[in-house]
Amino acid sequence: MFNSIPQKSDPFPGSAPVPEEKLNKFKRGVKGELPPRPQYKLRDVVIRSEAASDLAQKQNARYDLMLPEDAGFLEGDEDEDTCTISQDDIVDAVDITAGAKYFSLTLSQFGPYRLDYSKTGRHLLLGGRRGHVTCLDWQSKQLMCEMNVMETVNDVKWLHSEALFAVAQKKWLYIYDNKGIELHCIRKFNDVLRMQFLPYHFLLATASATGFLQYLDVSVGKEVVAICTKAGRLDVMAHNPHNAIIHLGHSNGTVTLWTPNQREPLVKMLCHQGGVRSVAVDKTGTYMVTSGMDKKLKVYDIRAYRPLQSYFLPAGASCLSLSQRGLLSAATGDIVQVYRDVWGIPVTKPYMAHRAKGSVWGVHFCPFEDVLGVGHGEGFTSMVVPGAGEPNFDGLDANPYRSAKQRQEWEVKALLEKIQPELIGLDPSQLSQVDHSTWEQRHVDRVQVLGFDPLAKEKFTPRLKTKGRSSSGKVEKRKKQVAHEDQRDVIRQTVEDRMKIDKERKEKEKKKAAAAGQKSALDRFRK
Amino acid sequence: MDDEDDEELQRALADDIISASEDEGGSDDERKHCKLLEAISSLGGKKRKKLTERSEASIQVSEFTVNAEGEGDKIHLSDLIGTLDKTPSALIKTKKQLKNLQHNQSTLETPLTRKETEKIQREVAFEKTSKEVSRWQSVVLQNQKAEQLVFPLNQEPSGPKRIEQVVAGWKAQTPLEQEIFSLLRMNKQPLHDPVLTPTEEASLRAMSLEEAKIRRAELQKTRVLQSYYEAKAKRGKRIKSKKYHRIQKKVMRKEYLKQFDEMVKTDPAAALEELKKMELSRMKERMSLKHQNSGKWAKSKAIMAKYDDGARKAMQKQLEVNKDLTQKLVIPADEDEEDEEESAETLPDFVNDVEPILDQVNPWMRGKLSTEPMMEESNRLHPPVWPREVGKPGEGRDDQEEDEEQMEETEEESLLRGFEERRKLRQTEDVKVSDDEEAGLSNFTSLFHGLVNHMEPPADQPKAGPGLGQGESPALLEEGLVRVRTLEDVELLSQDISASDTALLTTRDLGTEETDTQSATQQADKKRKKMIDPNEVLTKEAKVIEMPLAPTAVEDVEDKEEQRVIIKEAFAGDDVISDFLKDKRKQEEAGRPKVIDLTLPGWGEWGGLGLQPSRSKRKRFRVKVAPPPPRQDQKLPNIIIAEKRDSSIAAHQVCQLPFPFENPIQFERTIRSPVGRTWNTQNTVQKITAPKVVTQLGAIIEPIAREDLIKDIRQAVTGPSINLESDQGPQKKRRSQQKKKKAS
Repeated sequence: MFNSIPQKSDPFPGSAPVPEEKLNKFKRGVKGELPPRPQYKLRDVVIRSEAASDLAQKQNARYDLMLPEDAGFLEGDEDEDTCTISQDDIVDAVDITAGAKYFSLTLSQFGPYRLDYSKTGRHLLLGGRRGHVTCLDWQSKQLMCEMNVMETVNDVKWLHSEALFAVAQKKWLYIYDNKGIELHCIRKFNDVLRMQFLPYHFLLATASATGFLQYLDVSVGKEVVAICTKAGRLDVMAHNPHNAIIHLGHSNGTVTLWTPNQREPLVKMLCHQGGVRSVAVDKTGTYMVTSGMDKKLKVYDIRAYRPLQSYFLPAGASCLSLSQRGLLSAATGDIVQVYRDVWGIPVTKPYMAHRAKGSVWGVHFCPFEDVLGVGHGEGFTSMVVPGAGEPNFDGLDANPYRSAKQRQEWEVKALLEKIQPELIGLDPSQLSQVDHSTWEQRHVDRVQVLGFDPLAKEKFTPRLKTKGRSSSGKVEKRKKQVAHEDQRDVIRQTVEDRMKIDKERKEKEKKKAAAAGQKSALDRFRK
Repeated sequence: MDDEDDEELQRALADDIISASEDEGGSDDERKHCKLLEAISSLGGKKRKKLTERSEASIQVSEFTVNAEGEGDKIHLSDLIGTLDKTPSALIKTKKQLKNLQHNQSTLETPLTRKETEKIQREVAFEKTSKEVSRWQSVVLQNQKAEQLVFPLNQEPSGPKRIEQVVAGWKAQTPLEQEIFSLLRMNKQPLHDPVLTPTEEASLRAMSLEEAKIRRAELQKTRVLQSYYEAKAKRGKRIKSKKYHRIQKKVMRKEYLKQFDEMVKTDPAAALEELKKMELSRMKERMSLKHQNSGKWAKSKAIMAKYDDGARKAMQKQLEVNKDLTQKLVIPADEDEEDEEESAETLPDFVNDVEPILDQVNPWMRGKLSTEPMMEESNRLHPPVWPREVGKPGEGRDDQEEDEEQMEETEEESLLRGFEERRKLRQTEDVKVSDDEEAGLSNFTSLFHGLVNHMEPPADQPKAGPGLGQGESPALLEEGLVRVRTLEDVELLSQDISASDTALLTTRDLGTEETDTQSATQQADKKRKKMIDPNEVLTKEAKVIEMPLAPTAVEDVEDKEEQRVIIKEAFAGDDVISDFLKDKRKQEEAGRPKVIDLTLPGWGEWGGLGLQPSRSKRKRFRVKVAPPPPRQDQKLPNIIIAEKRDSSIAAHQVCQLPFPFENPIQFERTIRSPVGRTWNTQNTVQKITAPKVVTQLGAIIEPIAREDLIKDIRQAVTGPSINLESDQGPQKKRRSQQKKKKAS
């Protein structure tokens, strides 16, 4: 080919390299071996899919968030505990918009209050025990609606958007819109004490005083399932954002995990000696924090169900909440404490502390904001907790700055992408697996129809040999020689590996011993 | 005239026959045309002789070309070559052969039947067509394999091209251009930046005149030297004196050894090469009987040896040469030496102390390393450090014992011995290290430990203090803490106290207590594995958290109740655990498959009220079910995991594998990464979900032409392939997008 234009050579040929950690972040599953060449069609498919997933991984890594900096936290001066820094100090130090996030509402009449933030973190819902329900855009302090339902309010919860919320009242469950108009009174859900909303499944899970765990599909308005937990009054509830499993705490110190698909708990964990007072699960679904009547605060790894840390709080914690960045807030009496990294190095002191005016009834971190909402006997306090919220939001998932139009669009899309309740399980990636039992059954059927197993390996038939070498004994011997060849390979491999490791270890020890011995051998002749 | 009439008749007859045989009008016309031509030619008066072609077999042979002279006679094939009489006798042979041929009166085979001929034709036709069709095989296969097919084929992307593309795609087309380029290429003219041709560069690179002169002088000198040397060698070769040669050889050898020594130092690789040569000579020696005292000369010497000292010496010399040559060399690889040094560093000294036991019988081995036992003793105490190469003290002593002749050879020998010694050392080391070292090590370590223990007993004692300090034997400790209650009671009690304000203090105390007791209870725990170990599960040494603010407003409601609740907890604690355990055991029981008892009373024995079937029978009819796989919560005492399979998701899962997949694992691997926009970048999604076939709206899609097939199959068929492999930078991506836009 003739090319008359002299081209400058690129000093950095190829595309820019992607850092390894980022690649690992987007790694999905393990690469397998390629099928052998004779199965060329399968091989082609596999190669293509591998290339596609490689590309996806690389591109994702390349276009990952561009803000790799660490989240900022409150830092005290030398020998100054951050927990002694009061909210007023912080407000004095920060700019006016951030300072405006510390405020309290004095609502002493109908307290104590429970609260909930909407998914985008813009809207706040307050429910006073004595019937006062109000929702507001807390950043602009714009009141959306305010009413008194003239009944005990047990819990309040936003539904998928800020247009609807559910209120668990004395007898029934009610649904209101953001103007405060009662839309539904759901008579199937009685004596509800706690509620959790699963945003991707459009499910409202409720736990009642009668021991029922019920799921309401808010997109179609149907009860999905009502499970009798047989565990008495259910007033502790949390949900795992990773796999949408409901955690219930019981008075006998156990925490149970539930899906709408099974009538029994998936897992039952004995966490405390006394009753469980509160449960919280972190965003990644890795850690669970529980507090109990025995004044303990425990951290569990709920993938392996192993206790990680156990803390003793002198007054116990009544409410727990985990922020998006992993800060834990625990309310003990009228004090709200915030802890940093409870699952890592054992903490001895809280990160922040704040005294509320009354005894705390509910705490909740605001999504995408460094704000912790505290509902207490005398109203509501919004306190500033630096480093609590996730600074990078996904605009397609939860956009704090979305317009009404965008919200509508998002609603439609979210409804289209709604996940069916059947897909809830401990392992959310289960959908990408083949239904093994059915496949096996089908395979068995196929084998029956065909009369042979198409996937089976060819059976070894020893060759006929003459001169008495094909006597039955000899044949059996030959068969035995090749039997379980694949298993043998595996065993051989493992044995070899073990030998290698052993050898290495021995060598190391030997060297160590030798080194130690040598040193002292010289010492022996020293005078 | 008669003749002519006959002819005409015959012609008419022939015509009839022809017309009868072929009714086609075409031939009729032809005939008429011929007649017409004949008539025309006859008009001219002169009758032209006409030559007709014999195209097919007919009864009548054309009368104009062949004379019917010897009509009745049989013509032999051999007659036909009769005219060639003048040629030599080789013809007679052929004649004979032809005759034989004619006499051979085997009948011709009957022609094949129509069916068979058709069959053969079909076969041939099939072969031909299949060959034709198989040309498309690769195309079809490629189309099947292709990620994306773009139709219509051979699309020229519309729109303006980038300049690079245009230029890169340009080719010399006109003959003039081609000629010019071929010329340029032939002269190796650089096309891109024409500064200098290779020849010019080469000429530039050539040396200057002075350099050339110097070089020439050098060459001349070497040539002269070479010729001198050659002459000298020739002269030396012609000298018949044996003594001279012997001396010469010795000198050569010395020289060589010197060189070798130097080489070992300076150029180990070359030295190795030399050693290899030595090895080769050794091999040759071992193969041959050259110095084995078996030759003619040696035999004669053997006879003389009795009387002649010189002969004896000569024989011995020969044998020595043999031994010398067959001596095994150990190639001293540098790495080995280094290794040795390293090992010397890492290994304790007593390894080196061990004196290698040498081969007493072999005189060649007796050289260096044997020393008096006294020396050994001293060695063991003070490992002597002398350079490995030569010059060990033993060596000199041995040298004195050796003959003068050997004295002359010491250098080489010493070298050899050096190798040998090294080898020996290594061997002994290997052997000794393996058994002696361990023994020595163990001895030594025990000694060392003894020393250390002796040195610092006070340091050790406090370590064991808490366990033994209270005067309890470990067994007693174990016994004392087997009970589950005690610990919890302690804990709960502490909680009671902690409810009041002194929480901090007590729990701290507890913490230390716990650490003490934990270690003691661990052994006891092993005994009762089944039980939940509250130590592990519930009282995982809680860290006490200091609070900057003490809670003032403790919940009013709970204020009074708190005491009660706490007391309740104190007693409930055990209940919680035992209840949980019971629950767990129940679940385990439920999960275990039951043994099926199929015994029927009365078969083969007496049955009736109060009579149990015999034990052996019950045993025989009890069907044991295989034990279930171990429970997931087997090793988690405080967890119950439900073993029941959740079948609800099965409706959404894949249960039948698509075609090329055979086992689920393969399939699962291919669907492991999601495809949707939620998880991928826009570009990736577009690439991953690109359609299999892309067609242009309104364009006519024509089948692949044969020309395309021949020209360039791949390009024509696959079109622009989706490039998944390369992860391009953003710039390139834009380009490819553009391309795609153009394509679609």
